Amino acid sequence: METKYISQSGIEQWFDAIVTSGKRVFAPVNSRGQVDFKPVKKLSEVADEYIQTTQSIKASVYPKAEVLFSYEKVNGKVNLTDFDPESVPETVLWKVHPCDAAGFKPLSAIFNWDTTDKLHNAHLAKTSVISFSCSAADESCFCTSVNGSPGNTAGSDIQLTMLPDGGAIVEILSPKGEALVALSPSVFVADKGEKKEKYLVDLPVRFNLEEVNAKLNKAFNSTVWKEQSERCLGCGACAFVCPTCACFDIQEDAHGSKGRRIRCWDACGFALFTLHTSGHNPREHQSQRWRQRILHKFFYMPERLSVVGCTGCGRCSRACPVDMNILEHITSIAKQ
Amino acid sequence: MSEQNTYLPYLMTIEKVIKEAPGVKTYRLKFQDEAEAEAFEFKAGQFGEYSAFGEGESTFCIASSPTRKGYIECTFRDTGRVTSGLASLEEGSTMGFRGPYGNVFPMEEWKGKNLLFIAGGIALPPMRCVIWNALDLRENFKDITIIYGAKTVNDLVYKSELKEWSDRPDVKMVTTVDPGGENADWKGEIGFVPTIVEKVAPSAENTIAIVCGPPIMIKFTFPVLEKLGFKDDQIYTTLENRMKCGVGKCGRCNVGKLYICKDGPVFSKEELNLIPAEEY
Repeated sequence: METKYISQSGIEQWFDAIVTSGKRVFAPVNSRGQVDFKPVKKLSEVADEYIQTTQSIKASVYPKAEVLFSYEKVNGKVNLTDFDPESVPETVLWKVHPCDAAGFKPLSAIFNWDTTDKLHNAHLAKTSVISFSCSAADESCFCTSVNGSPGNTAGSDIQLTMLPDGGAIVEILSPKGEALVALSPSVFVADKGEKKEKYLVDLPVRFNLEEVNAKLNKAFNSTVWKEQSERCLGCGACAFVCPTCACFDIQEDAHGSKGRRIRCWDACGFALFTLHTSGHNPREHQSQRWRQRILHKFFYMPERLSVVGCTGCGRCSRACPVDMNILEHITSIAKQ
Repeated sequence: MSEQNTYLPYLMTIEKVIKEAPGVKTYRLKFQDEAEAEAFEFKAGQFGEYSAFGEGESTFCIASSPTRKGYIECTFRDTGRVTSGLASLEEGSTMGFRGPYGNVFPMEEWKGKNLLFIAGGIALPPMRCVIWNALDLRENFKDITIIYGAKTVNDLVYKSELKEWSDRPDVKMVTTVDPGGENADWKGEIGFVPTIVEKVAPSAENTIAIVCGPPIMIKFTFPVLEKLGFKDDQIYTTLENRMKCGVGKCGRCNVGKLYICKDGPVFSKEELNLIPAEEY
């Protein structure tokens, strides 16, 4: 790993060089009061004042709906066309928060723990992540409670820490990061010895993850699930904004002799998720589905995949229309 | 070698269609690609994702025995979009198959033991695979008892095989229908499966019981077996949670730390005790 300094004008020059290289660049854009990752061509399009994008960057490595393969029926036979990894464009994600970049690890753990996932891996291989450390947070942020931090570099190829002069400390973290630097090498100069920690938001730890894990181990039959989920609408918003939720459905899109099999985001909060054809539903009540969501992220995933299924981004709490606050709920479980 | 796409199915030709019961059919499927046919292997208890192109995929067990080479069979009831799409296919049509997925019945460990099969309704197919596997290797096992029940005489599946099994001197076959499900010609038992198990009272001595049926049947059969002296490590079942991917990723069949599609579908009762019963 190497650390450099880049000036404000250097950042502009480098950004243009990335765009000119032909790579697709996604960055947070403010559109009608909502900030989300969108394709950009100019640095001036990138949003400034915001705490968190509404959606995570998950869709860049795990699209909301993706064609697994397509087919055509010809004279009683079926011709299959496989997903082509070459169809995935080189993509740079600009100004990603550390909590989003940290989401790649749990996502990949799910997709690759046994069989590997050709589609997810193709996206990962073509994606470079430039994260910006966080100088601000809000009451929903809790990355420091789930093994993260405002300056966490996990999942990033490069991390910038913005300085008061408009320039930034640049941490070059991977070969992909080096390749991005090489697009405009002259703008990266010797680091000035500034400590990045000085510029990070101070985010206190809100709960002890191990303590939560130990409590959850015994919490399956607890009344807490019903209490916490009484107002849950089962809308699935929490799963759709989550950087690590990976549950999916497989759907068919067919017209005449042609068709496509499509993987789409799904959510364990939906009643249909586990419904058997017979009508039997092992998770009939919203409280059972809420329990599954929490146990899967904070207990099953750590046990099974050695990674916690939450990066503390706080999106689910912000998105919930009935204010089910995951931080409050986890903290209360930890205190039980 | 480039990475394989897990979701790309094998192309299969429907070689034979057997009408089993109202709405229930068995398809015999052959691989269209010879190299794929050659390389394909599975064991009793495994399942797959079967696709009707145009409709989607459904999860069923492989209902034929691995001792019968060159094809696989599936038995399904026409109940939803995919199964009705499959049901409308004819002999010679193409469908898709992904698999084999999941764990297996530990038949190697059962050598020298008595086997007791208890099945209800459309749950005979996963057991049929094990039954034929055991019958094809008959010398490996002692007594084989099959207790099979359905709602009505009409709903019994594999009717010709039921006859074949009951005609065999080396199989004890008991068929039953729910009270009211009998017809004038019915010569089998009348009563729910757990009741008939209690009546037949198979010995637990050196016996493995394989139970498969609707949740309600399983719930009432386990205590009967317990009363007969069966220990939890002598009882096996196969679970059928809803699945989409079959490979432990889509999240549907996650129960506790386990994925039914990866750690199951086969579980001993001893293993079942470790996962929350309300979740399957």
